[in-house]
Amino acid sequence: MTIGVTTTPEPKSKPSGSIINDPQVRGIFYQVVTVAILVAVVYWIADNTIENLKRANIASGYGFLNGRAGFDVGQSLIAYTSDSTYGRALFVGFFNTLLVAVTGIITATIIGFIVGIGRLSHNWLIAKLSLAYVEVFRNIPPLLVIFFWYSGVLAVLPQPRESAALPFNIFLNNRGIAFPKPVFGDGSQYVFYAFVIAVIASFFMARHARKKQEATGQRFPLLWTVLGLLIGLPLLALLATGWPITFDIPVAGKFNLTGGSVIGPEFLSLFLALSFYTAAFIAEIVRAGIRGVSKGQSEAAHALGVRPGLTTRLVVVPQAMRIIIPPLTSQYLNLTKNSSLAIAIGYADLVAVGGTILNQTGQAIEVVTIWIIVYLSLSLTTSLLMNWFNARMALVER
Amino acid sequence: MNTHQGNFVRTSMIEAAPAPIQTGGIAYWLRKNLFATPKDAALTIISLLVLAWLIPPAVQWLFIDAAWTGGGRGVCATVAQGGSQPDGWSGACWAFVNAKFDQFLFGRYPIDERWRPALVGILFVLFLTPMLIPKVPYKNLNAILLLVVLPILALILLPGGWFGLPFVETPLWGGLMVTLVLSFVGIAVSLPLGILLALGRRSTMPVIKMLCTVFIEIVRGIPLITVLFMASVMLPLFLPQGVTFDKFLRALIGVSLFASAYMAEVVRGGLQAIGKGQYEGADSLGLSFWQKMNLIVLPQALKLVIPGIVNTFIGLFKDTSLVSIIGMFDLLGIVRLNFSDANWASAVTPISGLIFAGFIFWLFCFGMSRYSGFMERVLDTSHKR
Repeated sequence: MTIGVTTTPEPKSKPSGSIINDPQVRGIFYQVVTVAILVAVVYWIADNTIENLKRANIASGYGFLNGRAGFDVGQSLIAYTSDSTYGRALFVGFFNTLLVAVTGIITATIIGFIVGIGRLSHNWLIAKLSLAYVEVFRNIPPLLVIFFWYSGVLAVLPQPRESAALPFNIFLNNRGIAFPKPVFGDGSQYVFYAFVIAVIASFFMARHARKKQEATGQRFPLLWTVLGLLIGLPLLALLATGWPITFDIPVAGKFNLTGGSVIGPEFLSLFLALSFYTAAFIAEIVRAGIRGVSKGQSEAAHALGVRPGLTTRLVVVPQAMRIIIPPLTSQYLNLTKNSSLAIAIGYADLVAVGGTILNQTGQAIEVVTIWIIVYLSLSLTTSLLMNWFNARMALVER
Repeated sequence: MNTHQGNFVRTSMIEAAPAPIQTGGIAYWLRKNLFATPKDAALTIISLLVLAWLIPPAVQWLFIDAAWTGGGRGVCATVAQGGSQPDGWSGACWAFVNAKFDQFLFGRYPIDERWRPALVGILFVLFLTPMLIPKVPYKNLNAILLLVVLPILALILLPGGWFGLPFVETPLWGGLMVTLVLSFVGIAVSLPLGILLALGRRSTMPVIKMLCTVFIEIVRGIPLITVLFMASVMLPLFLPQGVTFDKFLRALIGVSLFASAYMAEVVRGGLQAIGKGQYEGADSLGLSFWQKMNLIVLPQALKLVIPGIVNTFIGLFKDTSLVSIIGMFDLLGIVRLNFSDANWASAVTPISGLIFAGFIFWLFCFGMSRYSGFMERVLDTSHKR
């Protein structure tokens, strides 16, 4: 007896109902409608905008960037006077944004890691103090923290002639912090070369040490060698060239300090506020990352006889970093974006300079476009860098 | 009976063992939590010293030396500064906060009309409180009251102009009222809009997916302040001549759009965490797309991302302080505006005002984060080990 299976060829799955119920047809229809509405809205907006610009006598385009700026900025990393162009002013703002973002990121990371590890401390007092720090700074707007430093703390510091003197000839007053400015004399370039050579040598030394350890198991005292190189070589160069670097020390004059370098209160308050604010978030990320490494990992390391310090360095931290890096990236981006709050206290960052230009020229669309492009590319660059770092740290699976 | 008398049997009583290490009481707690190791002990002592150095002056400044009452800058300034306090005095100027308290709440809203925002505020608390307590019944009715009736009432009462109520234009609004209106509307708009954007980003229709992705990524890539500038400077350019938008409304649109992009990413995280089987199960039951989303996917996805949603709310609440940069007077804006009041200008006025504003912001944000933790535990249906 054979069981015959007769397969009647099913009719090709044709929609039973009308074409209206076909999901594909519907999808195309919805998309066509969306595109049509979008095109209509964009056309309407463009039409209105052209009309409005014509009436306000504003020429569109980026020609205005070559015009004379005519305003001063408080702090600039590149040469700038009020006679410079708008384009140069925007560059000043861009570099100021970068400056506060980079310094802020470094400080926030350091504070954040300390507080985050403190949150996990067995010491009750340290854990509670870290918790208090996180809960206070996480729940207050960053703008308020900026104003707190700017008009609450730095503005009530003494007048310049009564500056508070700190060690190393650093002076603190309500116009900022003044510190000795290094003056590079003849021959100081050799010191710089020596430093570069030391960095390159350290890099190769590290590679050599790793290869040697992988091949023979012998460890090389890398940290001390590198430190010695980085400090020793420039020091030798300094001695050989007869100490060309001197310091211009700020001196208290009758009304103001003269000499030295001054960091204004605008930068200081923005930098302090962003660092303290972002550090609270970084601390929580660090805590979650370390908690995310299962306890079995460190127990296994202890069972193998690895010392506690080495366990942390070689077992826990590398695995925690995998959890920490992605959210850390978005915190870095947040800090960069929050640096735009500079406009509230008059630190000349990209948004503040752009805002001034916008008020002077009325080129709203162009200025906003520049903002969007700059911030988007900053975001993308940071993400790319951190993704590369993350890929290096990621789990290598077979 | 057979007994062995081996020499392994003790012939004398052993000494009584020392009492076990105490596992309770203050001394044990101190040793375990504060002085477990020499390093711990050192850290504890350093922290205690720092606290002893910080806290007494802070308490002195905030409470003991503070000027609590008074009618002008005199009580907050030293004799040298033209006030009545002794030279070298420094303390918080709560008299300033006290005198300006109504302004901090309502801004420059006309004094005779302040009962209107106050009434809206009381109704808000009345409708919100039962909504927040899981055990209170009639949640649907409550939601309608909070999300439909209250906004309509607020729309009638706050600007006025109807039913014989005098019209109060939005530039006069200010203080905590503006902060709360902005965040309430922002929250109410950004959650549904964010869900739509997240669904759009996961859509199979390429055009919709691309549009949503571009919107989300651009908005998330730029600071809120540029979005607010766009709303306040570019929006008028986009509209035909003669059509003007209220500045307050423009800020509302900017804040809501900004928050919805962040909300979309949070919701997308939840959507991705729902297993494929749930989608396929819904499909095999013959549910339509919206039925599938509303009945199966979103209830699970949103529950998963409650912490993220509340974090976005908290971020939104804090971000409303940025509207003071485009010339509106929210809580922070009105506090700063009052620094320039000649009647109250003194060295300690700004810091006192900022501490007060910071405390209010902190109270709201901390409350929200605590409530989210509570909700997470209530909604948690998993079996925790």
